[in-house]
Amino acid sequence: MTEVGTARKRSEDARLITGNTQWTDNIQLPGMLYVAFLRSPYAHARIVNVDTSAALDRPGVVAVFSGADLAGEQGGLPCAWVVTPDMVLPDHPPIAVTEVRYSGEPVACVVARDRYAAADALEAIDVDYEPLPPVLDMQAALAEGADLVHSDKGTNKSYTWVFANGDLDAAFLDAAVVIEREYVQQRLIPSAMEPRSVVCQPFGDQMTVWSSTQIPHILRVMLASVTGVPEQNLRVIAPDVGGGFGSKLQVYGEEVITLILARKLGKPVKWTESRSEGNQTVHHGRDQIQRLRLAADADGRIRGLNVDLLADMGAYLMLVTPGIPLLGAFMFPAIYKMDAYSFTCTGVFTTKMPTDAYRGAGRPEATFAIERLMDELAHELDLDPIEVRRRNWIKHDEFPYETVCGLTYDSGNYEAATEKALQLFEYDKLRAEQADRRERHDTVQLGIGVSTFTEMCGLAPSRVLGSLFYGAGGWEHSAVRMLPTGKVEVLTGSSAHGQGHETAWAQIASDALGVPFEDVRVLHGDTAISHKGLDTYGSRSLVVGGVALVGACVKVVDKARVVAAHLLEADASDLTFENGRFSVRGVPEQGMSIQEIAGATFAAHNLPDGIEPSLDSEATFDPENFSFPHGTHLCAAEVDTETGFVKIRKYVAVDDIGKVVNPLIVEGQVHGGLAQGISQALYEEAVYDVDGNLQTTTLADYLVPSASDLPTFTTDRTETPATTNPLGVKGVGEAGTIASTPAVVNAIVDALRPFGVSDVRMPCTPERVWRALQEGVAQ
Amino acid sequence: MNERVYEIGLTVNGVPRSATAPARRLLSDFLRHDLGLTGTHVGCEHGVCGCCTVLLDGDPVRSCLTFAITVEGREVTTVEGLADPDGTLSPVQQAFQDSHGLQCGFCTPGFLCTVTALLRDNPAPTEAEVLEGISGNLCRCTGYQNIIKAVLSLSRGVSRTAQENGAGNATTQRGSGDHVR
Repeated sequence: MTEVGTARKRSEDARLITGNTQWTDNIQLPGMLYVAFLRSPYAHARIVNVDTSAALDRPGVVAVFSGADLAGEQGGLPCAWVVTPDMVLPDHPPIAVTEVRYSGEPVACVVARDRYAAADALEAIDVDYEPLPPVLDMQAALAEGADLVHSDKGTNKSYTWVFANGDLDAAFLDAAVVIEREYVQQRLIPSAMEPRSVVCQPFGDQMTVWSSTQIPHILRVMLASVTGVPEQNLRVIAPDVGGGFGSKLQVYGEEVITLILARKLGKPVKWTESRSEGNQTVHHGRDQIQRLRLAADADGRIRGLNVDLLADMGAYLMLVTPGIPLLGAFMFPAIYKMDAYSFTCTGVFTTKMPTDAYRGAGRPEATFAIERLMDELAHELDLDPIEVRRRNWIKHDEFPYETVCGLTYDSGNYEAATEKALQLFEYDKLRAEQADRRERHDTVQLGIGVSTFTEMCGLAPSRVLGSLFYGAGGWEHSAVRMLPTGKVEVLTGSSAHGQGHETAWAQIASDALGVPFEDVRVLHGDTAISHKGLDTYGSRSLVVGGVALVGACVKVVDKARVVAAHLLEADASDLTFENGRFSVRGVPEQGMSIQEIAGATFAAHNLPDGIEPSLDSEATFDPENFSFPHGTHLCAAEVDTETGFVKIRKYVAVDDIGKVVNPLIVEGQVHGGLAQGISQALYEEAVYDVDGNLQTTTLADYLVPSASDLPTFTTDRTETPATTNPLGVKGVGEAGTIASTPAVVNAIVDALRPFGVSDVRMPCTPERVWRALQEGVAQ
Repeated sequence: MNERVYEIGLTVNGVPRSATAPARRLLSDFLRHDLGLTGTHVGCEHGVCGCCTVLLDGDPVRSCLTFAITVEGREVTTVEGLADPDGTLSPVQQAFQDSHGLQCGFCTPGFLCTVTALLRDNPAPTEAEVLEGISGNLCRCTGYQNIIKAVLSLSRGVSRTAQENGAGNATTQRGSGDHVR
């Protein structure tokens, strides 16, 4: 029985369920100092003066710095994705020096011997602000004479990025149907359960940084370039990390400042955020206005699609802020064939927290738009929403298929996934119930929402990233070290923060090397140990990092084969390798295990000429293509037409993520993804008031759903292996989030069609649903 | 003016412990930083997420909304105290692992404490009672499906409930070729 494909219980759980963990905030070092940040109460203001003197006299305070105090050494926060040559890229000091541009932006910091003392002293800092007008609305921000976020730039526009293929004018000319809609992707707060935390320890000229980050390797490079600490003197460790969802794919000002303070003061320094600080200043997600036009023939066949986006960058461009909408640019056409497609995105500055990657990053926005449009098209033509999709999707025998965006989808079977989902959902039965409730004018109406999604993940082929002007590659690294006792260490550059790498990677290595699962230890998240890598985001860990591990295992087996041949006095080509044992073909009793060979290469007493002692190897994998998971999600929602309350009655998700390493982990990833996507549809929104103050600074105001807010999910899979990697796997981390949001909103709108409702803005709160009903009825 | 501090003594996981802390020290910080019991996590510091839940004289409380000084002389159980002294996992811990009821694990200690008390007080909760019982704890990774499954697997009434309702927990039909160990 192979390990790959087995629902192995996770090895990492043992420490997580006993409290025997190492989170960054757990770290206590001798002489440690604590930082607290004073943050702007204004969305936009000039800093006239910062007086820190009184704070310095407070008990336990060691030092106080304003942005001006650190101006010479704090550098600027990096943006790694300059999407157009003329992109407006403002300076972004970790602590504001002359102007604050979002509420919560740091203006000063206190270093004290105790976290409480540091927080206390903040009130003694006197900041003189001269308020400036907030810039909160994207459309108003682009108007002539608008107040500016960055007055020196002369514009609130960061960039306009365009992609077009095919003759769009021809597609719209004489089209039987043209659907024109505007959808809003509200601003979200990623809300990982572990707040950010960073610790920096100076040791001579070496600096060790622990951070609750998804990206220890990228953070190391960036901290080196921002602070001037030479890269070889900098070690970054991501210990146990409590969720990320994109929010910890960032180089935060607090990380930079903690490092600078540790260097300056020669002491270990720690900063851990409060949840309210986090809601304000962990980067936000989504926030787009989508203006969409779709042209189709009378039979529902799509002719062309025009997408015009406004994307809220917030006040600054952080690590990959401007690139997020571009990850969606290629996904609006989704699984559908069309002749022409045009995409324009304008990045707009506002006086809000910068946006950046949040689970799905660009693809949920695109999938929402096209899947909502498909339901609108079906309604327009009085077709079943499944039928209109069937008429447009790429058929299973048409793969590999080059899309209108120039992507090549390697594999897929949309028919199979849809068929399975329809059966599990009991689609016809629910449609009959819907008709019955409509007939009876039931106060609780039933709606059925469809989402037949795909997404591009497994970031990413380095050459593609280069062509999009991204600042790094997309490969991943792995190493295998066979130890003298025959046990195995696996190193991976892709570190986990909940995904279960320690289990899944051990399963892969166990099969590839023929060693027991229990003999494999997976090491990650420390640049001094897993020394190379590009970290964890974009559903890349398995499809890029896992494949690198396969490559490293193959190299180890190849070397072991040479040693085995020598020790068994046979020709290497006469050896078979099965279940971890090399045997001479036809003489099975004459053999040696790879674990014995590891011992022999350690002793090195009798190695073939030219073979170095030790049995280990490393490999990198740079994917030739993205990964394209797909699936069909169906949602049945009961909508109370008197109260606007939405209850999800049934949710079926059939995902095709190719081959599966660990079904238990896959199921968990889908569950969590669904929760976040459904929650965007129903509950979550980061709300700023008219002055630009964030209103949702606590978990009481920002509605992360609890167990009773979510339905039971029915999940299943179809399995169409990816053809672009040897494991046949596709990414799964973001699929649930990408697919589910439009399924829920489609269901709500479907329930309310008889009342003249054609859209409900997210989150679809009872109030919004009720108001949409009143407006619909009035029409 | 330096803050006045107090000697605070309590029993944690059956062991008498004491440390000196100011009156405003949160129980969560006292456990984590003064006693070095870092299994209790702080997720929001405003009593919503439930990550910091511990058992105070057996009842679940938010340790981030509790001043350490107010629990002088009382008994606290944290995640570190749930397993038997010989390391055998408690049934709740075991069920969370078996059902894949955790991913990043940050919310897990709070859930484990909440569920331990829930099942002690109601050994046969229905699915509705489980939902109600764990709705004071937030998890961002699991969508709660496998947490509910874990708790129901320990409910003495679950098989009856499942039969009556036709759905005991998250329904999952796995693809062929899966092997569960």
